[in-house]
Amino acid sequence: MKQEIGLIVVFLLVFLFDTFMSRKQQTTIGLLSCFFFAIFTAYGFCPSVLTSWDAFHGMYATSPVIVNIKNILNVGALIVMIQALRWADQDMVRVRRGEFYELLLVTLFGMYLMISSRHFLMFVIGLETASLPLAAMVAFDKHRYESHEAAIKYILTAVFSSAIFMMGLSFVYGLAGSLYYMDIAASLFVATGVNTLLIVALAFVIAGVGFKLSLVPFHLWTADVYQGAPTPVTSYLSVISKGAAAFAFLVILWQVFGCVYSQAWEWMLYALIILTITVGNLFALRQKNMKRFLAFSSISQAGYIMLGVIAYNAMGLSALMYYILVYIFSNLAAFGVIGAIENATGKVSMDDYNGLYKTNPRLSFTMMLAMFSLAGIPPFAGFFSKFFIFTSALNQGSVAMYVLVLVALINTIISLYYYLLVVKAMFIKNDDCVIPRFRSASSERFALWVCVAGIIGLGIVSCFYNHLLTVVVG
Amino acid sequence: MNTVIWYIIPALIMFCCGVYGFITRKNMIAMLISLELMLNAVDINFVVFNRYLFPEQMEGMFFTLFAIAIAAAETALAIAIIINVYRSVKNVDVSGLTKMKF
Repeated sequence: MKQEIGLIVVFLLVFLFDTFMSRKQQTTIGLLSCFFFAIFTAYGFCPSVLTSWDAFHGMYATSPVIVNIKNILNVGALIVMIQALRWADQDMVRVRRGEFYELLLVTLFGMYLMISSRHFLMFVIGLETASLPLAAMVAFDKHRYESHEAAIKYILTAVFSSAIFMMGLSFVYGLAGSLYYMDIAASLFVATGVNTLLIVALAFVIAGVGFKLSLVPFHLWTADVYQGAPTPVTSYLSVISKGAAAFAFLVILWQVFGCVYSQAWEWMLYALIILTITVGNLFALRQKNMKRFLAFSSISQAGYIMLGVIAYNAMGLSALMYYILVYIFSNLAAFGVIGAIENATGKVSMDDYNGLYKTNPRLSFTMMLAMFSLAGIPPFAGFFSKFFIFTSALNQGSVAMYVLVLVALINTIISLYYYLLVVKAMFIKNDDCVIPRFRSASSERFALWVCVAGIIGLGIVSCFYNHLLTVVVG
Repeated sequence: MNTVIWYIIPALIMFCCGVYGFITRKNMIAMLISLELMLNAVDINFVVFNRYLFPEQMEGMFFTLFAIAIAAAETALAIAIIINVYRSVKNVDVSGLTKMKF
């Protein structure tokens, strides 16, 4: 609860400053909100926050694990906010930059609710609080056509998916007579066998959350929205929103439907994971736009994340948290480089990156680290996060799980190809019209340094993973 | 149980109409109306389950109230975005919004 209250305080502060400051002082609103949010993020690491807590008659619950999950999301959101400073300073966005930070904080609040809700009404409210302001953020570039197209695609699919999700919920309610996670789980446990209505309800619920996570049959909005949205919004969507949805999915699947795992949804998830990883990879192979390319790469990463969700044990949960932490740093590094180049030159195509190493060696080096980490090449953090995810999945020990991990491994090798395409373009290819040498803004450089430190540090220093494991084990 | 069926079947028909309309309609406003149909079908479901199966508590009714509010918020936001789209392309046809593909 403390974190939610803190976040609301930060939101109100930003909102009041944005409303009552003079036009001249408003230039500092971005820095100011980053400052407030940094204090709030630091506050989340205080030992006093790390307690278990119930509120609203058990509709809301928090525990040390949930606090740590929220801290991970906070760190990512802070990096996104710092990266957005330069973009928010542009002429077109300048007048509305306060709104960007306010909307971002509200969506983060919705994700908090999603993660710690123990009642489906609370969850739905959190889901909508997270996804509706995001649509407004996607439409933020009022003067770019792509932004509108992306926003309309996002809002229509989001509402469609939440309608399907709520239909599933209504069936669950009809079966169990309650919307509390615990009560539903108890009544499913008592009921013998699995009836058709439960399967339908589960399929609807999984489809609804799958939309948010962009798992494969429900991924069609992803690439368009990622391409059309402003780059900071894209990075926020791909990292924070996805991470929050993954944790919420984990809670729903195991706490509510855990007892019908092998009868009802084990095979649904196997099919989803295999499809997600494979299709995401295959489509990423042929992309030329960098943001679209990262969209498909993030779809396949969602498949690996789901591998951590389905491996439900202490190691699986800590591996999932670690994976999302590493994914935040690597993906934000990639988006940071893309955003810096887009802000300076307006170019987002992969062909524009040819010969980037000659003119901007540091940016291309950062991008290379991000790609290596996303692909999972050993010294960097991405390797270890994939390794832990695969190990925890194998610990389940069933033959189907072995096959699943094998498919995921083969896909890792395929993904290596397209991640290296970017590296090849930057380091090996040559072009006549190379992006000229430019100096990115200090905020962007700071965010990129943090990301690089995360990519290298998380891989080499073991205390981060150990900390997560001790938190989960208790 | 028998009474419930007579309420659930129209709700399901409504829901399927909504899905069908969402997929086939080209006008964004019509798509929004279809979405509204789907959401209202959900509301009917909740109310009926609550009234006939679990009349001793009000959880379904409350969910419906919140769902109506959420649906209104969604519609308002979608309309705002549709107006934005209309300003830039001068119509509200989804088949025109195909700049980004595959």
